[in-house]
Amino acid sequence: MSCDCNDKKVKLIGDNKTGFQTGNTEHTWDLQKLADSHKVLAEYKYELRPVHKGFAGRTLYIDLTSLQIKEIPVTEDMKKKFTGGRGFGLKMLWDTIKPETRWDSPENGLVLTAGPMAGSTQYPGFGKSLALSVSPSTDIICDSNAGGYFAPFMKFAGFDAVQIHGKATEDVVVLIDGEDGAVRIETAPFDETNSHMVAEQLTHYYAMEDTDRARQLVAVVAAGTGAENSFWGCLNISFYDIRRRVTRLKQHGRGGLGTVLRDKKIKAVVARTKPFDALTNNPVDPDKMADVSTRYHQEIRDLDKDQCNMRTVGTGHLVEIMDAYDLLPTENYRFGSHPKAFNLYSPHFYKLWTQVIPDGCWVGCTMACAKAVDGYTVMTGPYKGQKVTVDGPEYETLGCAANMSIWDPLWVLEFNFYCDTYGLDTISAGTAMAFYMEMYEYGILNKERCDGLELCFGNADAMMELLHKIAAGDKSEFMTAASRGARRMKDWLKTKNWGDAQLIEDTGMESKGLEYSEYVTKESLAMQGGYGLTLKGPQHDEAWLIFMDMVNNQIPTFADKAEALHYFPMWRTWFGLNGLCKLPWNDVEPTDNAQTDEPAKVPKHVQNYVDLQNAITGWNVDKEELILQSERCYNWQRAMAAWLGRGRRKDDWIPYRSMGPVTVLEYVSHQERYDKELVEKLGLDAKKVECMKVEDKIKVMYDYRQSQYQKLADAVYYRRGWTPNGVPTPQKMKSLGFGDETKMLAMLQQKIDEDDAAGLNVWVGEYADDEQPPSTDLKYWEKW
Amino acid sequence: MSIIVNTREMEYIPEETMTQLLKRMKYMFPLVVVKIDGVVIPRVEFPETTFPDGVNIEIIHLISGG
Ligand code: SF4
Repeated sequence: MSCDCNDKKVKLIGDNKTGFQTGNTEHTWDLQKLADSHKVLAEYKYELRPVHKGFAGRTLYIDLTSLQIKEIPVTEDMKKKFTGGRGFGLKMLWDTIKPETRWDSPENGLVLTAGPMAGSTQYPGFGKSLALSVSPSTDIICDSNAGGYFAPFMKFAGFDAVQIHGKATEDVVVLIDGEDGAVRIETAPFDETNSHMVAEQLTHYYAMEDTDRARQLVAVVAAGTGAENSFWGCLNISFYDIRRRVTRLKQHGRGGLGTVLRDKKIKAVVARTKPFDALTNNPVDPDKMADVSTRYHQEIRDLDKDQCNMRTVGTGHLVEIMDAYDLLPTENYRFGSHPKAFNLYSPHFYKLWTQVIPDGCWVGCTMACAKAVDGYTVMTGPYKGQKVTVDGPEYETLGCAANMSIWDPLWVLEFNFYCDTYGLDTISAGTAMAFYMEMYEYGILNKERCDGLELCFGNADAMMELLHKIAAGDKSEFMTAASRGARRMKDWLKTKNWGDAQLIEDTGMESKGLEYSEYVTKESLAMQGGYGLTLKGPQHDEAWLIFMDMVNNQIPTFADKAEALHYFPMWRTWFGLNGLCKLPWNDVEPTDNAQTDEPAKVPKHVQNYVDLQNAITGWNVDKEELILQSERCYNWQRAMAAWLGRGRRKDDWIPYRSMGPVTVLEYVSHQERYDKELVEKLGLDAKKVECMKVEDKIKVMYDYRQSQYQKLADAVYYRRGWTPNGVPTPQKMKSLGFGDETKMLAMLQQKIDEDDAAGLNVWVGEYADDEQPPSTDLKYWEKW
Repeated sequence: MSIIVNTREMEYIPEETMTQLLKRMKYMFPLVVVKIDGVVIPRVEFPETTFPDGVNIEIIHLISGG
């Protein structure tokens, strides 16, 4: 061991002689005992060398079954086709998994990546990692981004990405050591499992000396017992907060990547780096970077307080906004606002969030939205009575509480803390649990079927108990279904023949097997597409079009919506290729943004990113090339979904609750709006509508809105250059520069031929006489 | 007497300021671009800006979210 662990017992938290006093509970661990128990199973020595123009120039391959560790060079061809970050991750998985690979197959890979811009400290938001794996929830590749220090440290240590395959036979830690130039797989029998503990423990254990500066050079990736025992496992990425002297956590939340980590018996992946500075990412033109960055920091300083106030309340400000616009999901997305929602408005949390400290999740982020509550006293479960730092809550977690009709800010902190430390995605857990509550309300679930839990809306205690039981590994029939999420719960309820199967399908808010994030989409067809016509499932990071569509009424036609569902997913994908946070793009806007031709795109900030990518890599790209970089990655990921047996129109279907009112209660809550639509859009006679039973009106609207969604899918597939069944075409892939990727091209042609034979390459929307499908030639792409 | 706001017809209220219209619409999102008959109105001028009957007002909410 090269770490300094001579001091046998180390007091870890709370002995703050200087700086901010968190008041958190102290822990002591015997680090010598930990060192004695860590047996090195495999070690790979590598040459330490500087990052060059944003790239370490190699990736790391680890197989836990064979204990093989090797480095793989990054070629110019790989950069040209896949850019970096998420693009690299996709290529690494394509080269190593099989079409039959599922989340728990030994060959499944967990990939953690840093893009070429990650690790720069001049501009805000340049520290994100992108993680990818075959997801337990969806059986396709899920990508997820997170802050924290891991991605930059991995790159500074020598690697643009790490892919981990195989399964260990006992719990292990993987160390990427940029101090020694070594990668080690070490046994970890006594290390903590839950994230807030193991991250703190290993930060101290692997720090080169017992100083805050040394601890700041260690980053830990961990999950927890919840990840082990559910499909909602998240990956926590740590960073040592030098002001609080606490190890904090940011999450790769979506898709169960933490479940994959624990299935491989990994307790943690750790990156340790030498000291770094603003030039460690080695940009070609540091002066240009400084120039662009200085102007942007000025904008945040001057404008944020009157715009989104991110520095003070983070994304929490969205609760009051979503509530006002009828977009805050309450009672499992039945409604978009609630009289008690004010209890979760940001002023309530302003008092709880520690305000004296700038809260960036990577060095140099002046947007600093990563708010935290210090000294929170845990009320339930294994850490009851301890004082901890809670990272968040962010908007999505607050939205989950609203969705469960729980209006207590302290309960939100409890839920947030336990989800994080157990390694659970708050969004998936919250959305699924809201669905279970609605099933309970209808009697489809009841106390007996739920192992004695009363899952009524608003029952905060029962929801915490459910969470603890899942994390404890309770494997009763109900807990097994509940811990696997909304899709598996739907299947279980239908197998049991409990309740109306259609009602169950329509109200469980998942698509592709992934639970929805926290926005009501009933009145925005474009946003329904923003959730359904996606790569990994209903997560808002591809497109957030509700305002453009529902409020601004800027994209009225199918072609308009399809254009937005092309541009915005491509643009947002770009952040993941480069290791960037999306928030600095549009959560503050320049004073003259309104005068630009396309204010929704924030053109000045887009130009900043063009300049910064050129300044780091030495490339000579323009804004069109940025979109092309994304298009390559986006199409490759969709093609991989087809390869894995999904990625077709049927997989893009969404539950009706996200399209319109499922129940009488929902319809009558907005009766005027819905009746008007029946008259104005469906052409029903107003007098007839007045006399119709609500159930009949719901039925008419049900058919209409589903047909609208199919027409949208037609338009979007056409715009993206896919077949009418949603498969990227070989011609499209060639136009993106993949002409020599023969295995990929042949696979796509085979999928298209199979769809042809099954009669699936047809437009599915129902078109009136005066309407046209996107193309009368169903094989339009063959003429390209 | 009516105005058009984001393509939808609304009642015209004489002397109503832009700030008051935003409040009436429950548009509390801070990142909005407002145009009256195509002319951008700076945010600082919302409290003093009034408009005549029949105008076309665009209140474009920028994206945020996520
Ligand atoms: S804007 Fe917020 S989430 Fe993004 S990098 Fe900065 S602190 Fe992290």
